[in-house]
Amino acid sequence: MSNEAVLQQHGAVITTHGEAHVHHHKETFITKYIFSQDHKMICKQFLITGMIWAILGGLMSVLFRLQLGYPDSTFPFLEDVFGKWAKGGKIQPEFYYALVTMHGTVLVFFVLTGGLSGTFANFLIPLQCGARDMASPFLNMLSYWFFFMASIVIFSSLFQETGPASGGWTVYPPLSALGDANEGSKAGMDFWIIGMALFVVSSLLGGLNYITTILNMRTKGMSMTRLPLTIWALFFTAILGVLSFPVLLSGLILLLFDRHFGTSFYLSDIFIASTGRALSNEGGSAILFQHLFWFLGHPEVYIIILPAMGLVSEVMAVNSRKPIFGYMAMVGSLFAIAVLAFLVWAHHMFVTGLNPLLGSVFVLLTLLIAVPSAIKVFNWLTTLWRGNIRFTPGMLFAIAFVSLFISGGLTGIFLGNSTLDIHLHDTYFVVAHFHIVMGVSAFFGMFCGVYHWFPKMFGRYLNNTMSYIHFWVTFMGAYLIFWPMHYEGLAGMPRRYVEYENWLSFHQFGDLNRFISTVAMVVFSVQLMFVFNFFYSIFKGRKVTTMNPWGANTLEWTAPIRPGHGNWIGEIPEVHRWAYDYGKDGREFIPQTEPIGPNESVH
Amino acid sequence: MSTFFIILILLLGFLITFQIAKASEYVGVLKGEKKAFQQQNRINGFLMIVFLVGGLIGVYWCNELFRGKILPPSASEHGEKIDTMLYITLVITGIVFFITQILLFWFSFKYQYSEKRKPYYFPHNNNLEILWTTVPAIALCILVGFGLYYWFKITGDAPKDAMQIEVTGKQFGWIFRYPGKDGIFGKKYYQNISDKDNNSLGLIWDDPASHDDIVVNNEVYLVKGKPVKFIINSRDVIHDVGLPHFRMKMDAVPGTPTTMWLTPKYTTEEMKTMTKNPEFEYELACDQLCGRGHYTMRAVVKVVTPEEFILWRAKQKTNYAMVFPDKEPGAKPTDSTKASTSAGTVPPKSLVSKN
Repeated sequence: MSNEAVLQQHGAVITTHGEAHVHHHKETFITKYIFSQDHKMICKQFLITGMIWAILGGLMSVLFRLQLGYPDSTFPFLEDVFGKWAKGGKIQPEFYYALVTMHGTVLVFFVLTGGLSGTFANFLIPLQCGARDMASPFLNMLSYWFFFMASIVIFSSLFQETGPASGGWTVYPPLSALGDANEGSKAGMDFWIIGMALFVVSSLLGGLNYITTILNMRTKGMSMTRLPLTIWALFFTAILGVLSFPVLLSGLILLLFDRHFGTSFYLSDIFIASTGRALSNEGGSAILFQHLFWFLGHPEVYIIILPAMGLVSEVMAVNSRKPIFGYMAMVGSLFAIAVLAFLVWAHHMFVTGLNPLLGSVFVLLTLLIAVPSAIKVFNWLTTLWRGNIRFTPGMLFAIAFVSLFISGGLTGIFLGNSTLDIHLHDTYFVVAHFHIVMGVSAFFGMFCGVYHWFPKMFGRYLNNTMSYIHFWVTFMGAYLIFWPMHYEGLAGMPRRYVEYENWLSFHQFGDLNRFISTVAMVVFSVQLMFVFNFFYSIFKGRKVTTMNPWGANTLEWTAPIRPGHGNWIGEIPEVHRWAYDYGKDGREFIPQTEPIGPNESVH
Repeated sequence: MSTFFIILILLLGFLITFQIAKASEYVGVLKGEKKAFQQQNRINGFLMIVFLVGGLIGVYWCNELFRGKILPPSASEHGEKIDTMLYITLVITGIVFFITQILLFWFSFKYQYSEKRKPYYFPHNNNLEILWTTVPAIALCILVGFGLYYWFKITGDAPKDAMQIEVTGKQFGWIFRYPGKDGIFGKKYYQNISDKDNNSLGLIWDDPASHDDIVVNNEVYLVKGKPVKFIINSRDVIHDVGLPHFRMKMDAVPGTPTTMWLTPKYTTEEMKTMTKNPEFEYELACDQLCGRGHYTMRAVVKVVTPEEFILWRAKQKTNYAMVFPDKEPGAKPTDSTKASTSAGTVPPKSLVSKN
């Protein structure tokens, strides 16, 4: 529904084509709203597609939380909707595993990678670097449409008779390679592989474009060290994506060969009980896939969190009315995280029988990441110190991001230490850790960005009251859901169990699971309110009347309230200073475009 | 019907929220943007401190609630090392957690917008940066040091006198094999596996060492105080031997055997009195998603005294005796060649081509 509706709303907007405009040909509905090459339109396409995925992914989690919270109850309406997958109103194990798998896949890749990077890289890179558009608007458009195709393929896998992939979002073979071992490893898994292949193409097209634009298309005076931290974060994100996604693709191609062409890359010594047959494959290594997967999989979590860090840094400085503390240290720590991201993948594999010596190297490198992370946290805290903080919704999400990042980051120190990982691996401790540090934090970064740049994207404000309700309920909910899970994890409660009733060691958490499920449903419904606020405000929100409503320094706020394709009317502004001159020499803010004054103090 | 009412209530609640939200926007416009902003800012600043205080109370309360509900003391020596490591990490991260979270919310509250305050232009300070690079680095060195010290102890070689048990995961259950009196596991080949012929591991009957091997399902007996080395395999997909009470875990990977060893400290009976729970059992849980029955993949670990173990083992029938009930292995230990007509005895090489 919403794509066209949103785009139509903006039909009236992009009419003021300036003289310096790059486009002179007449734009039709299709070139303007569907196959648009305007980075701002592509940003909105990514954002709205991402939101649709987020709702679906969230709904999946509500369904499986229903099972976890109320394992003894039946919900007849589920059978009405899902048929054999919820026979007798009870979620069947196959359905449960399909739900957790697709929940992970959708949120990690389609929301927090495609939706987050796709939205903000597209929106902010040209606007904050001072470029009229991406280096290649055409490739940028293709990037979205590959993302869209990937979405279609993954979405249609939900309607397979044998269900979508259900071997976990990490799709470890042999489970994912053998249709006889798992229903979801039949057609659903092929869809998954094809969908992800398209996604990788999209991510590469986008990433290369982002890197090129940042390196080559900055406006006059915009040296790399004058870039806002958002751009630095998106830059490292794009590099991570370009270097790591191809490895996933190669791993998936080998998996496809094992599935259909009788190769034995990952398969060896397998007997399938359901058919009573031993397979002929010998000599493959199931662990090889895990190496290939996590060589992407670990950088992937930084692909998710770095943009959020960048958005938070920018929003925090603007709303503290203070420069971000330690700009160079922030860039340096982003760089350090990006490098280390490639050197820690095997910490997901401490208990696979990995050589303990190799494991110890990965322990060292993994815990090393805590140093740049700590630098970032302390710099954010110092940015708040002696500021003059405005609690805009964006700022609230930025502050909460830091809180969640601390909580989730510290539990990473437990899991990165192989000794503790032996006990905590694949328990709810892991679930709590990565949901807080990567899932919820990245979502908070994304909300922070959406709330902050919504006026620039749509020329209207979101409703504040709904935004505050959304924030406080989500923030409290996030802790209420995930904090107690640490205790379940310490008790060794394994993740990915449909129910715990038959386990003497884990069944004491029944009440807690019910509580978590209830909170999860409340939080989900509040997200729906955000979605409503978003679409309502696009049409009916209070109009933005000033060019720079937040009093920010960066270049996007020098563009018209509703910029057309090409962003600036007339010349692209020239940059004379870094992005963080807030509160300098008694002035509230000094935009980047203002030349250095003769009496300005030097720091 | 109740679902319908819940949805109706939700919708109504939402409608009310929406109306209030819309009204407050108008009120804001009437009051003047600046005044409305200051009011909202004060409320949110106050909520920050409420969240901090409420959160800290919540952390304490949650801890009280689950204290003692988690796990009894570690049942293995390795597990004790892991618990010590856990406490060291908990203390260090706990200090950082409380300091940073309190500062974050306190700063947010304290430095909330005020017309009088001039924000302090403070773009960088190298001494501070060095401080919070080195302090975390030192803290992490301590953690890595302790961690690796324990890690190498736990993953090091098992003692020579360790009892050996082979664990094999399958969809969806666990198969345990004891080497029998000779202390040697008979050879096996996965193409020989046949559930209906009672050869769930694919043992090769031509190998006399396999004749006294004991194979049991979903229940394993360990001896208190005697180190045990598990040799872990999988028959189909990746499983994971998870022993929460012993704090141990190791994947079962098809085609690549893994190992794990530990020394049980308390018998199951002792644990029953220690936990005051007469139902107590050590459980083995699969920790790697392995298909639809993943959550049912349970085995019971019985830790017993040496005497009880000998008694238990004497009662077990060998796998060989189950397959060939007419040939009691005790009577004629070397007659296995006669059974060469049965599928289980075909040598492995010829089978590769057969399939």
